[in-house]
Amino acid sequence: MNLTLKIWRQKDKATPGKFETYEAKDISPDMSFLEMLDVVSERAQAQGQEPCAFDHDCREGICGMCSLVINGVPHGPEAATTTCQLHMRKFKDGDNIVIEPWRASAFPVLRDLVVDRTAFDRIQQKGGFVSVNTGGTPDGNAIPVSKLEADLAMDAASCIGCGACVAACKNASAMLFVAAKVSQYAHLPQGQAERSRRVLAMMEQHDVEGFGSCTNFGECEAVCPKEISVRVIAEMNRDYLRATLVGTDP
Amino acid sequence: MSISLDSKTHLDAKTPGGPLAQQWDKHKFDLKLVNPANKRKFKVIVVGTGLAGGSAAASLAELGYDVHAFAFQDSPRRAHSIAAQGGINAAKNYQNDGDSVYRLFYDTIKGGDYRARESNVYRLAQVSTSIIDQCVAQGVPFAREYGGTLSNRSFGGAQVSRTFYARGQTGQQLLLGAYSALSRQIGLGTVKMHNRSEMLDLVMVNGHARGIVTRDLVSGKIETWAADAVVLATGGYGNVFFLSTNAQGCNVTATWRAHKRGALFANPCYTQIHPTCIPVSGDHQSKLTLMSESLRNDGRVWVPKDKADVGKDPRQIPEEKRDYYLERIYPSFGNLVPRDIASRAAKRMCDEGRGVGPGGLGVYLDFGDAIKRIGKAAVADRYGNLFEMYQRITDESPYEVPMRIYPAVHYSMGGLWVDYNLMSNLPGLHVIGEANFSDHGANRLGASALMQGLADGYFVLPYTIGNYLATSGQKKVTGDEPEFKAAADDVRKRVSTLLGIKGKRSPTSFHRELGKLLWDNCGMARNAKGLQEALDRIPSLREEFWGNLNVLGDGDSYNVALEKAGRVADFMEFGELLCRDALEREESCGGHFREEYQSEAGEAERNDEKFTYVAAWNYTGDVSKPELVKEPLIFEEVHPSTRSYK
Repeated sequence: MNLTLKIWRQKDKATPGKFETYEAKDISPDMSFLEMLDVVSERAQAQGQEPCAFDHDCREGICGMCSLVINGVPHGPEAATTTCQLHMRKFKDGDNIVIEPWRASAFPVLRDLVVDRTAFDRIQQKGGFVSVNTGGTPDGNAIPVSKLEADLAMDAASCIGCGACVAACKNASAMLFVAAKVSQYAHLPQGQAERSRRVLAMMEQHDVEGFGSCTNFGECEAVCPKEISVRVIAEMNRDYLRATLVGTDP
Repeated sequence: MSISLDSKTHLDAKTPGGPLAQQWDKHKFDLKLVNPANKRKFKVIVVGTGLAGGSAAASLAELGYDVHAFAFQDSPRRAHSIAAQGGINAAKNYQNDGDSVYRLFYDTIKGGDYRARESNVYRLAQVSTSIIDQCVAQGVPFAREYGGTLSNRSFGGAQVSRTFYARGQTGQQLLLGAYSALSRQIGLGTVKMHNRSEMLDLVMVNGHARGIVTRDLVSGKIETWAADAVVLATGGYGNVFFLSTNAQGCNVTATWRAHKRGALFANPCYTQIHPTCIPVSGDHQSKLTLMSESLRNDGRVWVPKDKADVGKDPRQIPEEKRDYYLERIYPSFGNLVPRDIASRAAKRMCDEGRGVGPGGLGVYLDFGDAIKRIGKAAVADRYGNLFEMYQRITDESPYEVPMRIYPAVHYSMGGLWVDYNLMSNLPGLHVIGEANFSDHGANRLGASALMQGLADGYFVLPYTIGNYLATSGQKKVTGDEPEFKAAADDVRKRVSTLLGIKGKRSPTSFHRELGKLLWDNCGMARNAKGLQEALDRIPSLREEFWGNLNVLGDGDSYNVALEKAGRVADFMEFGELLCRDALEREESCGGHFREEYQSEAGEAERNDEKFTYVAAWNYTGDVSKPELVKEPLIFEEVHPSTRSYK
C-alpha cells in the first residue's frame, strides 16, 4: 500500500521543529509500524536525507522504549499495543499518517521523535523500591502472599514506563505511571514498611518534574499498552490521603 | 598484554580446587576483603544495566563502592533482559520433586553438552536459591499458589519444577527489581548513572583495565572515565546475524573493543537458536519475535507426513497424516527436548520439504489437544498474552489455527573469557552475564539466563571484585594519563572516518548482508566448506564497508546512523571470529552443529578426546589471524556422556 506520512523533525532540544512530508510507497501490511519507518528512513538516506530518529529497542512490546503519537493517539489506533507491535494491516492504502513525539513539558524533545523520559527515573529514585540490600533476606516462602494480592501487584507491575499515559493526558499527568508502582508495593507485604513515605516522595517528585494533576478523564488507561487500570490511581489517592493525615511513620 | 597462562597455550581458570560443594565457601573465605571504610575510595565502572549490570551496580554501591554505571538506552529499565518471558531456575526444591543443588548443577553441565566449567556451574546452582529470596524481598510479584507460596513450573527440558515466573514477563519483573535497587542507590547518590551513553573503548594503564571511553549519544561528546576496575555487563552478540530475537540495540561493541585491547574472546561459535519463534514474513523484517518455550508444555509440534500436504489448511490435515516428530524421535522428553535439539529437528523437517508457511520455513505448534483436554479458558490463562502477541504479528489466532514457529538466534553462550572470579585475562576487567562465556557451555537451558545474570551481579562479583581491588596494588588514575587521551583520540578518529567515507550504502544494508551470510554459513548447521566461504567473503564485505559506507549527519549530535555504523563495523570483524571458531571446532556440541559430525540419525556427535576445552581467542593485531588459547575442561564430578533425550 501507499501512504503519506507527516513526521515531526527537530534537530535538537533548542531548535524549533516542524512537520515534513514523506511518501511511503509499496508498504507491506505485514510490516510493523517501526519497520515501515525503517524502510522510509533507508529510502530517505539513499536520497541524502538524514534518517528520522525515534526511540525503539526490543520491538516486542516490553522494553517501553518506543513511543510516537500516531494520528493523535499515543502508540496508534490498536488497543493494548505498543507502536513496535502495531502492524500496517491496521491502516488502509492511501492513508495520511501524522507522527509526533510525546508532547509534555516534562518530556523535552531531544531529536525528531525522541524525547527525554528521565523524569520517570527520578520519580522511581525517590521511592519506587523496597529498601532492602543484597543478601540476608528471608526464604522466599517465608513471606506468603495471597494469589489475589500477588495478581493485583502483578497487574500494576506490568507497566513498561513508556510514557503514553502522559502523552494522552490533557494535563500531562504521570499519575498512572506513579500509581502503578505505588500499587504494586501496596499489594505486597514487602512494601508495607515504606508505604506512606513512598507515596509522598514519589508524588512530590512527580510535581517537581512538572507533570500535571489527574482529573479522572481516564485517557491514560485508554492508551496504556499494558492496560493498567485507573484503579491504581484511586488506590494511590487513598494512600496519599492517609499518609498526609497520619504522617510517614506508621 | 598480560594473559595469565600457565603455559602459552593453557589458561588458568583459578578454580579453588577441593570438593566441588565446598569450593565457593572456601574461596569466599580466601578472598581478600576491602575495609568498609575504604570501599568508597574505590571507583568501579559498570557498563550495561541489565540483570547482571544493574544488580552488580546496586550491590556494589550498597557495599560502599563508588559506582559509575553506563547504558546506551534512555534508562536502565530498558535493557534487553526485560524481554525474557519464561522464568528463572532455582534449586529450591519447593515442589518436593527431587530437585537439589546437585541436580541443577548436573542438568546445566549436561544441557551445556559438557563444555562448561564445573566449578562455575556448581556455584551458580548454589547461589540460585538466594536469588529467589532476594527478588521476593524486593517485591518482585512472582506467581503464587492459593496458599500464598511461590508457584513453580517445569521448563525447557527439566524433569523437575524449579522455574519461578511472573506471568510471561519474568525478565521484566526481575529487571525492574534490579532497577528498583539501582534506582535506590542512584537516589542515594552512591551510583552515578549515565544514560544514552555508549562505551566505545577500554583504557588499559600499566596492564590493568582502568577506564573507558564513551560517546554521549545525544550530544556526541566523547568522554573518558577513570576507575579502579571495569565491569562489562553488555549482553550478547546475537545481532551479528542481523535477524535475531535480541533488541535492536544489542551489539558486540563493548566486548569487541575490550577484545582488541587484549581480552580473550571465548567460544564465539556457541550461539543458541531458540526453537519457538515467529517465522520470517518478508525482507522488511527487522527482528524475530520469540514465543516462550513454556508453550511447548502444552503445545504439540508437528509437520505433515506428506510433502503434498504442506500447503493445506492444517485443520484439514487428519491426525494420521501428521508427524508429531519430537514425540516420535524423543519419546521420553517429547515436545520438551532442549532448545538445540528442538531447533535442529525443525530444520531437518523443513530440509526434507515438510516445512509449512512462507518459504517452507516453519513447523506447527498446535494447541488443539490442549484445548480439548483442559479447555480454552485454561489455555488462555496460561498462554493468553503470548497468543495475543502472536495474533498481533501474524493476524492468526492460535485458538483456531496452529501456530507456526521456526528457530531463531536467541542467546550467545560464548563471550569474553573469565576465570572463577569473573575476571578476564586483563586484570581489573570483569565480565558478567551474557557478555561472559562461563556457565552455559555449548547450550543454555531455558530459564538459566536470568539465573546467571543475577547470580553474577548479586552474589558473585560483589565478593570477587573486592579481592582484585584489595590486592591489585595499582596507583590511582585520574583520567589525565596519556593512555586515556590516546584511547579517546582513537575513538574520535574512528567516528570521523565513519562519517568521512561518504559512499553509497547504509549501515543497515551492510548489517543485513553480513547477517544473511552468517545465518546461511554459520547458523543452525555449519560445515567446513560453508565456513570457509564465509571466511573468504567477510573480509571483502568489510573492505566494501570501509570504502562504500554512507553515514549522513555529523558526530556532534544525535545521529542514529552513526551509532549503527559503529556497531556494524564491529560485527564485521566479530563475524569472522565466529566463523573461525566454528571451523576450528571439528565436532558437534550444543548450539554448534557441524554437519560432518553427526550420527546416522542426525544427532550431534561430540569429540571429547580432541575438543574438551574452551577456545579462547587472542587478538594479534590482525583480525584475520587471531591466536587460539585453550582452557582444558576437567570433569571430576560428572562423566561426559552422550546427551540422550530419547
